[in-house]
Parts: sequence; C-alpha cells; structure tokens
Amino acid sequence: MRLPCPICGERDRREFYYKGAALERPAPDAGEAAWDDYVYLRENPAGDTRELWYHDGGCGAWLVVTRNTLTHAVIGAELASEAKA
Amino acid sequence: MRYSGFRVIKEALTGHKGWTPAWRDASPQADYDYVIIGGGGHGLAAAYYLAAQFGGKRIAVLEKGWIGGGNVGRNTTIIRSNYMLDGNEPFYEFSLKLWEGLEQELNYNAMVSQRGILNLVHSDAQRDGARRRGNAMILNGSDAELLDTEGVRKLYPFLNFDNARFPIKGGLLHRRGGTVRHDAVAWGYARGADQLGVDIIQNCEVTGFRIENGKVKGVETSRGYIGAKKVASSVAGSSSRVMSLAGLRLPIESHVLQAFVSEGLKPTIPGVITFGAGHFYCSQSDKGGLVFGGDIDGYNSYAQRGNLPVVEDVVESGVALIPALGRVRLLRGWGGIMDMSMDGTPFIDRTPIDGLYFNGGWCYGGFKATPAAGWCLAHLLATDTPHETATAYRLDRFRTGHIVDEKGQGAQPNLH
Repeated sequence: MRLPCPICGERDRREFYYKGAALERPAPDAGEAAWDDYVYLRENPAGDTRELWYHDGGCGAWLVVTRNTLTHAVIGAELASEAKA
Repeated sequence: MRYSGFRVIKEALTGHKGWTPAWRDASPQADYDYVIIGGGGHGLAAAYYLAAQFGGKRIAVLEKGWIGGGNVGRNTTIIRSNYMLDGNEPFYEFSLKLWEGLEQELNYNAMVSQRGILNLVHSDAQRDGARRRGNAMILNGSDAELLDTEGVRKLYPFLNFDNARFPIKGGLLHRRGGTVRHDAVAWGYARGADQLGVDIIQNCEVTGFRIENGKVKGVETSRGYIGAKKVASSVAGSSSRVMSLAGLRLPIESHVLQAFVSEGLKPTIPGVITFGAGHFYCSQSDKGGLVFGGDIDGYNSYAQRGNLPVVEDVVESGVALIPALGRVRLLRGWGGIMDMSMDGTPFIDRTPIDGLYFNGGWCYGGFKATPAAGWCLAHLLATDTPHETATAYRLDRFRTGHIVDEKGQGAQPNLH
C-alpha cells in the first residue's frame, strides 16, 4: 500500500504512522457524552473512510487519507491542516 | 448418531454406508425464541449451551455463508488461559476448563492438544512481568511455571539463545495451553446443537432488524423475515456492520490479522512458542506445517488479506528466534478480520435495544474464548444477567470508566 503525501509524493505505507478515523474534535466543554463518542465510538465503515496518517518517516505532516477498507485502494490524501473534518 | 471406535470399525467393515450428515441444513421457520446471528464458533457454541445448559427451545443460528467459514476457520488454533487482569483471567480459565472436557461433551474429536505455551522473556523487566503474570494466573486457578534459560534450552534447544540483542533469559510456561483443530470446533458444536433441535440456517444474511418501541421483534434476512423474542449478534469482524443495521455505533474498529503456514515438516516444534522481543508466535500443526503469525497490519480493513510489510516483519522475527526457519518454505498466508476493541477486551452484553444482545470485540483472541463466550452469551440470553466470569465485558464500560486494558495502550485499537 502506498499513500500519496501532498508534500513528498507517493510513499510506502511503512513511512506512516496510523492514527484512526479523522473525527471532529468536540469542544472542551461539550460534555461527557460527546467526548465518550469522540474517544471510543466509531462508524468503522466497510467502504470509503477518512482517516489520519502521520508521515513520520518523511515530512512529518498529518494527513487525512481517504481509503477503501474493503479493497485497500487509496483514493486521495490532503494535509490535515487544510482538510475540513 | 454417536461416534465411537466401535462405529468406525463397523463402518469400515460395511463400506462406510452408514454415516449420516453431522447436522441438518435447516430452512428458516417464521419465528423463534432465540435467533443468533453468526454461525461461527461463538454463535454455534452459544446455541449449543443455550439448548444444553439453559433449556432453551426454538433456537436458530443464521449464517450468511457456510458455518465455520469465518474467523473460526482463519485463526492459529491456540487455546490458553494466561491473562493477567481480574476481569479477564477467570473467564479464560473457565474457557480452558471447557476445552478440556469439550470432546467428551460433544462426542466429537476436536483434537484438543494441551502441548503447552511458552512465552519467552529476554530481559530482567520481562522476567518480572512474567512472574507477576504467572502469579495472577495461579491465583485465578490456572497454571504457570517460570523457566530459566536452561529450562527453555531443555524444551527447545534450537532457539537462538545467544542473540546479541535479545538473548533468551527464560520463559513463562503454561502447560495446559495448546492447540485445537479449529474447523472441528465449529462442526462439533454444530452437530451438538443440531441434535438438541437448533436450526442451523446457512446462506442467510441478516439485512436489517425490526425494532418497535425500543424492542427487537425479529430480523430481515436474505431468506425472508424471521421473528424472534431475543436476538444476539455474534459476528466478530463484522460487528460494526451488523449492529449499524440496528442504529448502534460500537467501540470497535475492524483490522486485518495475517497468519502463515509453512510446508509440512517432520515433528519439530512440540508446543507453542512466543517471542518476547517482537510479535511472533509459532506452533506445528498435526499435518506438519509450522503455523505462525504476528501483529495486525495496523489500519482499518475489511479485506481478508494483508500487506507485505507485516509478512516481512513476522518472518524477520521468526528467523531471529528460530534461525532454522530460514530454510523453511512458506506455503500460504491468509488474513482474517478482527473486531479490535478500544481496550483490547471483548463484549458480552445487552444493548440499549430491548431483546438485542451483543457478543464481539474479541480482537485476535476469539478462538480460545469460543466455549466460554458461547456459554456466557447463552447465560445472558437465558437469564438476562451476565455470567459470573463475564461481568467486566460491558458495552458501556468506557463511559463508566471500567475499562479492562490488558496491554495498557489506551483507546488505540491497532496497538492492542
């Protein structure tokens, strides 16, 4: 599996650290239910999913990668700092 | 039909014409008392114990493919009771005790082989950890023995003891652990359940739940609507997909775990060995192939195949531990989909929907749990209370702060 880093180009999966689903972080005072949901509960879709990868073996950028969990096809990647959650 | 040595001889002398199918291929009835989704080891075991131990009647197991075609047929067949935490170890010890009596109970040869599991240690800190774990195991009624280097050398002289980076300093030996013929577990439970009147319905995919006023009424399937008083989901790997049909989100991610088998060899490895300095474990099947595996691939996946970096990592670890493996040819590898939970611990619990029950989140430890998971799910279905060994496996434990994190990794499923 290769991921298209917007800064470095297409790179091997081993250069990246996987974090998990790209979720919108709740406000600090959003309450227990919102934080429980954010930290622990997942859609875990079978199909396209948006997830966070960190390019620790390259430029050090956090990426939001769109990937298919059924086929492992990588559809696209953008910088997390520029991505809308 | 009861299986016995006498029966084998009789059939051999009469042309094997008397054997009958081990279970019926049932068609769905209009409604049941209990519907269990998932004809894997756990679902079939739950149906069996529900009928055998809790007097359950009118039970159906729904399987979208064929029984035993999921993770019960895609694992590395290891059974063990060597967990540390109080929420876990009594459950796994209960499971190991059920394994020990399984073949007599089911009248089915599942080739339960208690050949021992050795967890190697490579440093003082690991030895301390192993001693602590061993004591926790013994306190919960399991068995553990701490071996020094010479003790390990006596059992496995071919390991790389003098590896400069990871010398072998001993190991924790769990003699009652071992391996089981995994397909036979599914078939044995299916046969046992069938004899007690359970309908095993294959090629029957659940496509939706009928829920009225917060109570489940039945399931929509590819073979029509089936009514049920109680429905349990036991579909680890696909839990999020099935439970999303009931509108539930779970503390679970699906990940792919690979395993490998070598060409057949003469008897080489008598027990199960795990490397302490990398994620690698290995045993030898009765057919002679070395069965081994390591880490999950580390990213969410529903594809039953993994990628090459993990193959390389597992093989490197294997050769570091057993240099002789370098001459062995790999025969095949495969991937299975794991329910990786947020704390590495499973769930056997009711759901917010009345009459809907959930068994899942088994990470890569579901096979060894099969008998106890089935028993505890049956207990929950029959009595609406958790079995005494499964009280920690609650779905809401993250919200209430009662997580059971054996590895101490936090809410990062790919690290458990």
